[in-house]
Amino acid sequence: MNWRRALIGAAFVVPVVGLFAFSMRFDPRDIPSPLPGTVAPTFALEVFAPGQPPLARPVGDTIRLADMRGQVVVLNFWASWCLACRDEHATLSAVARQYAGKEVHFVGSLYQDRTGPATEWITEMGGQSYPSVQDPKARVAIDYGLYGVPETYLIGRDGRIARKITGPADAAQVTHIVDSLLAIAPTAKTAAPVGGSQ
Amino acid sequence: MTRALRVLLLVSALGTLATSALGAQRPAPPDSGASVAAPRTSGDSALEARTSAVASELRCPVCQGLSIQDSPSELAQSMRSLARDQLAEGKSPDEVKAYFVSKYGEWILLAPKPHGINLLAYAVPVLIVLGGGAVILLAVRRWTRAVVAEDA
Repeated sequence: MNWRRALIGAAFVVPVVGLFAFSMRFDPRDIPSPLPGTVAPTFALEVFAPGQPPLARPVGDTIRLADMRGQVVVLNFWASWCLACRDEHATLSAVARQYAGKEVHFVGSLYQDRTGPATEWITEMGGQSYPSVQDPKARVAIDYGLYGVPETYLIGRDGRIARKITGPADAAQVTHIVDSLLAIAPTAKTAAPVGGSQ
Repeated sequence: MTRALRVLLLVSALGTLATSALGAQRPAPPDSGASVAAPRTSGDSALEARTSAVASELRCPVCQGLSIQDSPSELAQSMRSLARDQLAEGKSPDEVKAYFVSKYGEWILLAPKPHGINLLAYAVPVLIVLGGGAVILLAVRRWTRAVVAEDA
């Protein structure tokens, strides 16, 4: 009788424990992105922070993904209220400067923030080597499946998102991915049509 | 007496399990009290109602189990406004949902699509309720039989 009871109890408890054990293997905050490997959503955003020579772009200029076809694009979403963005700021700025003159574009995209505090933040952080654009209503951020800042998207010469970095990017990681993307020569066959959806 | 207590405990435990299992997969109601929908005007109330219906089915990426209809977060509000604009442009609710799925994956849907492994989310609560009912039925029958035997 006791064995029977134990078996009935186990029939209820074991699946529940198994389910918990299975779910423990996943990070509940980790959201898998379906975007890497797909065509990067197109964007045309206005520069509010020019960056520094030689990477500078005039304030008010429009940065279009379509204009950077055949080149590597590093799109970093950030905000002045984001603490983790402070950790990666100097790194990204230095890495971008390192690639000046090469077929790589670094673009900062402001997320849920105003340009005033963002410009002050850049000054406070000692400047930013590459330009930053504003993304009204976070439309481009949503198009990239963003759920927080910082997030960095590395787009290859073929116009596809190669990698997404969630959280502060580190120099070795960005350099490694950018170098790999630069090594792939653009061909007419691999080039994806410009622009995803929106 | 202890037997009756045991049955009572079993019933309440199964009830709690069943309601929590059902509650976990149920999308938030379209017009819950925590709603932060934009103020409506008579002209676009139909669009607002359609937006609310779609937004109630989409998960807020920065919240814990809230829909973008119910979340006051800026990202959820931006997503809701985008859904509204897409509906206004003539996209169907399914097309709007498909857009968000293409950006965030199926995770963005509060109620998983009923196919493949997702079917478990729909089947398990029903199985639990049926199994629980069977256990209760057996326990009660055995218990009443025992009482009848004692009385005889």
